[in-house]
Amino acid sequence: MKKLINDVETVLAESLDGFAAAHADIVTLGAERQFVRRRNVKPGKVALISGGGSGHEPLHAGFVGLGMLDAACPGQVFTSPTPDQMLAAAQSVEAGAGVLFIVKNYSGDMMNFEMAAEMLDRENATVIVNDDVAVENSTYTTGRRGVAGTLIVEKIVGAAAERGLKLAELKALGDAVNKSTASMGVALTSCTVPAAGKPTFQIGIDEMEMGVGIHGEPGRRRVKHTTADEIAEELTGSILKDLALKPGQEVILLVNGFGGTPLLELYVMVHAARKVLAGAGVKVARFLTGSYVTSLEMAGCSITVSAADSATLALWDAPVHTAALRWGV
Amino acid sequence: MDLKRTLQACTQVLVDHVEELTELDSAIGDGDHGLNMRRGALAIQAKMADLETKSLNDALKAMGMTCMSTVGGSSGPVFGTLMVTLGKELPAQPASADVARALAAGIAALSKLGKVEVGQKTLLDVLDPVQKVLAAGGGDLVARVRQCALDSAQATAQMDAIKGRASFLGDRALGHVDPGSRSMALIISTLCDTL
Repeated sequence: MKKLINDVETVLAESLDGFAAAHADIVTLGAERQFVRRRNVKPGKVALISGGGSGHEPLHAGFVGLGMLDAACPGQVFTSPTPDQMLAAAQSVEAGAGVLFIVKNYSGDMMNFEMAAEMLDRENATVIVNDDVAVENSTYTTGRRGVAGTLIVEKIVGAAAERGLKLAELKALGDAVNKSTASMGVALTSCTVPAAGKPTFQIGIDEMEMGVGIHGEPGRRRVKHTTADEIAEELTGSILKDLALKPGQEVILLVNGFGGTPLLELYVMVHAARKVLAGAGVKVARFLTGSYVTSLEMAGCSITVSAADSATLALWDAPVHTAALRWGV
Repeated sequence: MDLKRTLQACTQVLVDHVEELTELDSAIGDGDHGLNMRRGALAIQAKMADLETKSLNDALKAMGMTCMSTVGGSSGPVFGTLMVTLGKELPAQPASADVARALAAGIAALSKLGKVEVGQKTLLDVLDPVQKVLAAGGGDLVARVRQCALDSAQATAQMDAIKGRASFLGDRALGHVDPGSRSMALIISTLCDTL
């Protein structure tokens, strides 16, 4: 393992201290690094809290700030945070209008957030994100994974919260955005969890994992590596089949790097995905490209498509000022 | 039962098997199960001086809370809830029938928490058969419980995963032992060894 670390035991603590120092104008750390919170909380606004395992940076702490999250709880690498972290975060940023938890659909995250919500003595609701269409076996009760679509839910709901929408309205909006958002990813290499010290999975030099999750967990199948156009065709095609969009529908397109793929290649994927969408008569109204929901240093990317109307596009365009996403301010 | 010796052994077995558990999880999950269990085990060991002064019930509750606040993932709430439930349900000097009753309550609590049933390739597939052996009682009980735990964990390899990350794999999870079941079996077999 060749990484820029001092000690696997202190990776997370040192990274959080660095993050908080680098973005001290926006965020501050809670006691014992239990959570990252907005420096200035707006009174009377519903508090938005998310979180999950670390190793997906900038998700979630990078989205704490004006127009997005009020707090984010970082778990250990690829491990959901604990209920006491979420409870402490909620108590720290609740501003009189209740708390909305945004949770990716993974068993660990779900159970820990559920416990925190039960312990919290303030009004709260939860939006569960499950945008990953890679898993075909939807009859499984665990359902689909929550991946890069989380960014889109957090951005749109965050903007609405900033405008003063109430808890129930935000919950309904979050559920609606989740329903109209779908993602799928591909991995070209494995990632290495620092504490494990070796790659999570072995993959041939000419192979790729189609439909991979954001923890390096396997996807649909292992296939021979192929062209960007063919990869984009399968990813975007699966998404379109799931969303069943009508021609003329406007969408937000997110091409997300997993941490080890250069922008040069991500833009090739943007170009390729755009052609597939155009072929289906779908209009890309907004683009976002970059490494936002990563899997440490894994090479590969995910494509996310979110159907949007003029109201959701206005919320997407609304000012945001976080460490990782910033526009309109 | 020497509480300190038992706790020390049951936590150390997880620390000693960190690589095996991590490899099981890498096959069908994301490879962090061993590391998470080790973190919880070390947190419990660090509190040993306090735990050994407590009653069995209070020690179990305190260990459960330690799991919940240090382990994370799904193992934190699952192992934590099991210990807290056992801490509530066990009498101070439990006989095997008491353990069977408390374990039944633990299984019910975990089913509710994880929305999971027996047969879905989770640690319930170790706890449920062990509970049945305990409830039936009879001779050589400790040895039979020990063997039942180890065999049941091994048997999860042939089950389809319905819950957790392995469920996303469908058939690809077949042939692999469920890591949580293996951890549970390690704890139970070590517990039997110290009795």
